[in-house]
Amino acid sequence: MTRDLVLRVFGKLLIPFVLLFALYVQFHGDFGPGGGFQAGVITAAAVIFYAIIFGLPAARRFAPDWLIESMVGAGVLIYGGVGVFGIVFGGNYLDYFVLAHDTVHGQERGIFWVEAGVAVTVSGVMLQIFYMFAGRQRDREEA
Amino acid sequence: MIADHLPALQVVVPLLAAPLMLLVRRGGFAWLLATLVSWTALAIALALAFKVREAGTISYAIGNWPPPWGIEYRVDALNSFVLVLVSLVASVVAPYARASVAAELPREQHYLYFTMFSLCLAGLLGISITGDAFNLFVFLEISSLSTYVLIALGRNRRGLLAAYQYLVLGTIGATFYIIGVGLLYLMTGTLNLADLAQRLREVHEIRPVLAALAFITAGVGLKLALFPLHFWLPNAYAYAPSAITAFLAASATKVSVYVLLRFYFVIFGVPLVFGRLPMAEVLITLSVLAVVSASLVAVFQRDLKRMFAYSSVAQIGYITLGMGLANKAGLTGAVVHLFNHGITKGAIFLLLGGVALRVGSTSLARAAGLARTMPLTSFGIVLAGMSLIGIPGTAGFVSKWYLILGAIEHGYWGLALLLVVSSLIAVAYVWRFVEMAYFREPEPGAARLAEAPASMLVPAWIMVAACVYFGLDTSFPLEGARSAVTVLLGGAR
Amino acid sequence: MNLTGNYSYWVTIFIMIAGLYIVIARGNLVKKLIGLGIFQTSVYLLYIGAGKIIGGTAPILSPAFSTYSNPLPHVLILTAIVVGVATLALGLAIVVRIREAYDSIEEDEILEKDRIEDAGG
Repeated sequence: MTRDLVLRVFGKLLIPFVLLFALYVQFHGDFGPGGGFQAGVITAAAVIFYAIIFGLPAARRFAPDWLIESMVGAGVLIYGGVGVFGIVFGGNYLDYFVLAHDTVHGQERGIFWVEAGVAVTVSGVMLQIFYMFAGRQRDREEA
Repeated sequence: MIADHLPALQVVVPLLAAPLMLLVRRGGFAWLLATLVSWTALAIALALAFKVREAGTISYAIGNWPPPWGIEYRVDALNSFVLVLVSLVASVVAPYARASVAAELPREQHYLYFTMFSLCLAGLLGISITGDAFNLFVFLEISSLSTYVLIALGRNRRGLLAAYQYLVLGTIGATFYIIGVGLLYLMTGTLNLADLAQRLREVHEIRPVLAALAFITAGVGLKLALFPLHFWLPNAYAYAPSAITAFLAASATKVSVYVLLRFYFVIFGVPLVFGRLPMAEVLITLSVLAVVSASLVAVFQRDLKRMFAYSSVAQIGYITLGMGLANKAGLTGAVVHLFNHGITKGAIFLLLGGVALRVGSTSLARAAGLARTMPLTSFGIVLAGMSLIGIPGTAGFVSKWYLILGAIEHGYWGLALLLVVSSLIAVAYVWRFVEMAYFREPEPGAARLAEAPASMLVPAWIMVAACVYFGLDTSFPLEGARSAVTVLLGGAR
Repeated sequence: MNLTGNYSYWVTIFIMIAGLYIVIARGNLVKKLIGLGIFQTSVYLLYIGAGKIIGGTAPILSPAFSTYSNPLPHVLILTAIVVGVATLALGLAIVVRIREAYDSIEEDEILEKDRIEDAGG
C-alpha cells in the first residue's frame, strides 16, 4: 500500500481538507448538525487514513502515543472543568447560565468549551483504539 | 457555599480524578489521589446523610435546569445509606490496594488500575445519587465498563474469559434496563424518577408498564446476580485482582439491589408489583433457591475466593428475600443486610488478598496450617465468617433476625426455619476453612510465610472490626435502614 | 390492536431477538459481540421510532414550521450509541487478549483447554 503513488498523492491532498472539515463541523455545531463528537471522529479518521496509507510508524510520529493518551484525559478534564467553573461563578454544577453576563451568551460559552472537550476526548479515544488494535502484534514482537 | 453542591461533588470528585491520573501517569500519585478521593467521597456521603436526616430529601438540579426537565440529583434516606456504604468500602479498599496491586500487576499498569478504580467508584456513586432513569443507565455503564477492565487485569488468563462473559451478560442486562426505561418513557413522557413515579399512577394502559417491569427486573437482576442469572459472578470474583474482588463484592451488586428496590417500591409501587403481579412469590422462590443451591455449591469449592463468591450469590438471595417479603421487618432486614453483607464480604476478600499475596494462591489445599503462619488473617476470616453465618454478636445476625421476623409476620414459618437451616450450610463452608487453617499441619516450607503487610492487614481488620461492632451496636445501620424503609413504603402509598 | 400500524415495533422486536439469538447460539467470541451489537441496535430503533413524528422537523423554532419531532430520544440514543461503541471496543480488546492467551476464539475450545489444565494440575 505504501508504494501506491495515486493513494499517496491523493492522501496528502485530501487529508488537510478532512482536518479542515473537522474544524468546520466543530464550529458550525452551534447553527446546524455537528459538534464535538463528529468533529473528533473526523479528525481521528484523518489520522487513521494517514496511518493506513503511510504506515503506522509514520502516524505515530505525527501523533505520538503519549499525546493520544493525554488527549483522552484532557478532554474529560475540560468538560468537567466547565462544570466546576459553573460552581465557582455561583451556579450549580454544569451551570452555563452564570458563565457570561447574560444567560444566552453563558449557554453559548459553556457549550463551546464542552464541545471542545468532547472533540479532544473523542479523537483521542478513537486513535487510541486504532493504535491499540493496529499496533498490538508489532508492540509485542518488539517487547 | 460548597455545602450546597455536595450532591454534584459526590460524583464529580472521583470522576475528574480519573483523567488527572491518566495525565500524570504515575502509579504512586494515582494511588494517593484515589485514596484521597475515596476519603473525600466518604466525607461527602456522611455529610449528605446527616443533612438528609435533619432537613429531609435534597434535590440538586444539574446545570440549573429545573427537574423534571433537567437531570436531578436526589438524595433521600435510602440512597444516602447506599452512598455511605459504597464510599466506605472504597475508602478502605483504596489504601489496601497499593501493596496488593504492586504484587499482582506490572508497574506500567498501576496508574491505569487506579484510573479505572476511580471511574468505577464514580459510576457506582452516580447510580445511587441520580434521580434520572437515563442518567442511571449511563453511570451503570461507566461502572460496568471499568469493572470489566479491572477483572481482565487479573493474573490468571481465565480472568479474561470471566471478564468477557461478564461484559456480554452485563451489556444484555443494561440493554434490558434501557428498553424498560424506554417503554416507561413512551407511556409517561418523563425520565425523572420522582416524576415517573407520580405519572405512572395515572397511566391506565397497563400492558407496556408490565413489559417495562419485566425488562427492568431481568436487566437489573442480571447485574445483581439474582438466581438464576448469577453465572458470571463466581468466575468474575475468583479471577479479578484481590482488591477489586473485595470492592465489587461489597458494593457493585449492592448498588444494583438499590436500583431494583427503587424501581419496585418507589416507581412501580407495591400495589402493581406485589398486588397485581405475583412478584413476591417469584422473588421468594428464586431467593430460596439461591440461598440453598449457592450455599451448597460453595461447600464443594476447592478455591477460597470461588467459595466465598458462591456464598455472595446466596447472601444476595437473603437480600432479595427481604425484598420479596415486602413488609417492614423484611425490608429492614434486606437493607441492613445490604450494609452488613457489604462489610462482611469486604473483610473476607481483603483478608484473602493477603493470603493470595503470601501463599501465592487461594486454593483451599494451600491454606493448610494457615493459622500458624498467618494468625491474624486466619482469625479475621473466622470472625467475618461468623458474621456470614449470622452468629449473635456479629453484624450478620442482625439482618437475619429481621428477615426471620419478616417471614414470621407473613406466617411463613417454613421459610423462617429454612433461613436458620441455610445458616447451617454456611457453617459447613466456613468450617472447611477453619479445619484447614487450624487443624492441619502446614506444608513443609510454608513455615517461612509471614503475615500480610500492615498496609493490607489494617484496612482488612477495620472491616472485620466493623462486622463485630455493628453486631453489638446496631444503631447506625438499623436507623439508616429504618428511615430507608420509610422511603420505600411511604413512596408506595 | 393495530398490527401494521405498529410495524416499527415488530422490526424492533425482530432485531432484538435476532441479536440475542446470535449471542446465545454462537460459540465464536467475535460473532457473539456482533450479536450483542445487533441486539443493542434494537434499542436505538425503539427510542428513535417513538420520537419521530411524520412531517415533523428538528426542533429549531421557526414560523415556517408547526410540527417538531421530539429531540430527546435522539440525544439519549446518541449517548447509547457511544456506550455501545465503548462496549464493542472493550469486548474486542478482551477477545484479542483471549486469542493471545488461549490461541483460540472459540468458546468450547477455550473451555476445553481450561478443563485440561484443571485435570493436569
